[in-house]
Amino acid sequence: MKIEIRNGRVIDPRHGLDRNTTLYIAAGKVAALDDAPAGWHANRVLDAAGLVVCPGLIDVSARLREPGFEYKATLDSEMAAAIAGGVTSLACPPDTDPPLDEPGLVQMLKHRARSLNGAHVYPIGALTVGLKGETITEMGELTEAGCIAFSHADAALADTQVLFRALQYAATFGYRVWLRAQDASLARGGVAHDGEVATRLGLPAIPAFAETIALDTIFELVRATGVRVHLARLSSHEGVARVRAAKKAGLPVTCDVAIHHVHLCDVDIGWFNAHCHLVPPLRGTRDRAALRAGLADGTIDLICSDHTPVDDDAKQLPFAEAEPGATGLELLLPLTLKWAREEALPLSAALARVTAEPARVLGLESGHLGPGADADVCVFDPDAHWRVEPSALRSQGKNTPFLGFELPGKVRYTLVGGHVVHES
Amino acid sequence: MRNPQLNADGQLQHLLTLEGLPPEVIGRILDTAVPFVSIAERDVKKVPLLRGKTVFNLFFENSTRTRTTFEIAAKRLSADVINLNIGVSSTTKGETLLDTIDNLVAMNADMFIVRHGQSGAPHLIAQHLSAANRSHIHVVNAGDGRHGHPTQGLLDLFTIRHYKRDFHGLTVAIVGDVLHSRVARSLIHGLTTLGTAEVRVIGPQTLLPTAVESLGVRVLHDMREGLVGCDVVVMLRLQNERMKGSLLPSAGEFFRHYGLTVDKLKLAKPDAIVMHPGPMNRGVEIDSAVADGRHSVILPQVTFGIAVRMAVMSILAGN
Repeated sequence: MKIEIRNGRVIDPRHGLDRNTTLYIAAGKVAALDDAPAGWHANRVLDAAGLVVCPGLIDVSARLREPGFEYKATLDSEMAAAIAGGVTSLACPPDTDPPLDEPGLVQMLKHRARSLNGAHVYPIGALTVGLKGETITEMGELTEAGCIAFSHADAALADTQVLFRALQYAATFGYRVWLRAQDASLARGGVAHDGEVATRLGLPAIPAFAETIALDTIFELVRATGVRVHLARLSSHEGVARVRAAKKAGLPVTCDVAIHHVHLCDVDIGWFNAHCHLVPPLRGTRDRAALRAGLADGTIDLICSDHTPVDDDAKQLPFAEAEPGATGLELLLPLTLKWAREEALPLSAALARVTAEPARVLGLESGHLGPGADADVCVFDPDAHWRVEPSALRSQGKNTPFLGFELPGKVRYTLVGGHVVHES
Repeated sequence: MRNPQLNADGQLQHLLTLEGLPPEVIGRILDTAVPFVSIAERDVKKVPLLRGKTVFNLFFENSTRTRTTFEIAAKRLSADVINLNIGVSSTTKGETLLDTIDNLVAMNADMFIVRHGQSGAPHLIAQHLSAANRSHIHVVNAGDGRHGHPTQGLLDLFTIRHYKRDFHGLTVAIVGDVLHSRVARSLIHGLTTLGTAEVRVIGPQTLLPTAVESLGVRVLHDMREGLVGCDVVVMLRLQNERMKGSLLPSAGEFFRHYGLTVDKLKLAKPDAIVMHPGPMNRGVEIDSAVADGRHSVILPQVTFGIAVRMAVMSILAGN
């Protein structure tokens, strides 16, 4: 299969490329740029005039809900959502039911995902058995089965000794560990940022220092063990400052933010909008500004969707009882474009946060359009706006604080491994 | 964002919170309640304002007192009253909260009086009714989690107005467990809306919300300092589960610091009134000599509470 994506604005952040040209794809790889290879005959030509051609998006946190939560979403529905959103690779956290703590589960997930012919799925293994925070998992076996890192998802890991040993063990073999910095006891029972909104609404609160205390603990353990840690879902002003200082001190840490936290803050909860019940909680305007500044100066390496499809029954409850999380695979690109416009960022710099940077953190070869790269490509119209409505989303989860928003960025074609897997 | 309890004409559709309620609306409720106080003193304690209407007392959290006052208020307005004590949280029950509501809507309910352990449950019900084009059914928040208890707030305002006439020169102190108190939040919103000169909250840091100043109050930790010059002292109920553990060491120590005694009350103005939403813990937040003393207006609060609830239901029903 030879595909020619003609006359698009090709943006490849990793190679600093941003110009109108034509991309040639053959045998699942990028064959050439600008000039056709010798003897070129395209099987298919995609007219990309007026469109952006970029590496397929890489989402470092997308819950596919299998196994165990098929009533919330299935691999079929969420893989369709991924490619509709231009996402060609995704990492999924281990908080399935049962959690991804056994090689068999991981193999099954990878096998199921491959059979669907959609995005590449990279499972993140559980750091402890059952995510109970007691016994470390067989990280070697899990790595062989396909896990690219280990995490505790959003489950509490209250025992610092267990955390220390898990990090030691991971460091021994060079495994990456992903941690969400939140002190389990300070966060217990909390559902909103400890500030004016939680005070007004009478919602049990989580102070920002639940994050900084956990960050300080993690940084000490990183110093002690040398493990490479990725910090998932930073949320607070003080947290950003801590990570900035840690990076300056040379600690081997990387860090991400969920796209919701780039745009929203606790005020958006309004009168108990359960779509704004997220983990970590949406914090104040000052925190949101700090997260944006952290993205701008590279303290925060990348943006993810933190895609969490939730069924209506679990959302249509009083705020604190409603299951946290928001669907996001199909909103990652539009909300990244919205952020770029608001901050007057070059498109290439913004797209780097969802392509080249996540590839680097995940240790993937993809995320760029250099010759020989896997032809995972997203072709989108940056000026087409669409209205976020349940019917417009492929994801089984219709839960998003952005319902009713007009967002920029419509994906026209998604290619995975040189095949057009989505077009609209 | 439109205030979810007002309709497009700015009229009261639901009573969910006192926050953001215009002073005119609050004033109208208080004015409407005045004649209802005297109805209770008549031989025939009924008016036909809600005749033919069905009011559901929907209590997901137990409360004999509040449920009873709502029941009396609705019956004095000639409504048919159905009491449902669901008593457990919606998630542990087979049926969801909104399923329950849909079933009662199918029984042609006209008004829901909702008590729920979770902040925001009445808002959720009101939104659900709007989404289902059932906006003609009214929701009255009878206490939701830590968030609000607007009819309690209104009866507190009614009581203060009854004894002090005007809010502008008043200093009001609210003492105790503000963190978990929906009563305190509603009263603070009501007092600030009506232009109260100074609202103080007094309690230990463990029982005050982090950003309580943002509600427009002055924070004091020393009760003696806080009571100086007060016109109104509102004591909050301390729930049993707060009296030990990490919030407070003991009920006794709480009483020593924040219990209202005759001695401490002398620091307030000579004509100060003492209020309590009930039920009281004598010897924990309030000394019996104060609760039963000449400054106490705790029992009149209960009487006024029925009149205020009648006023709210009557206005919601379009009278």
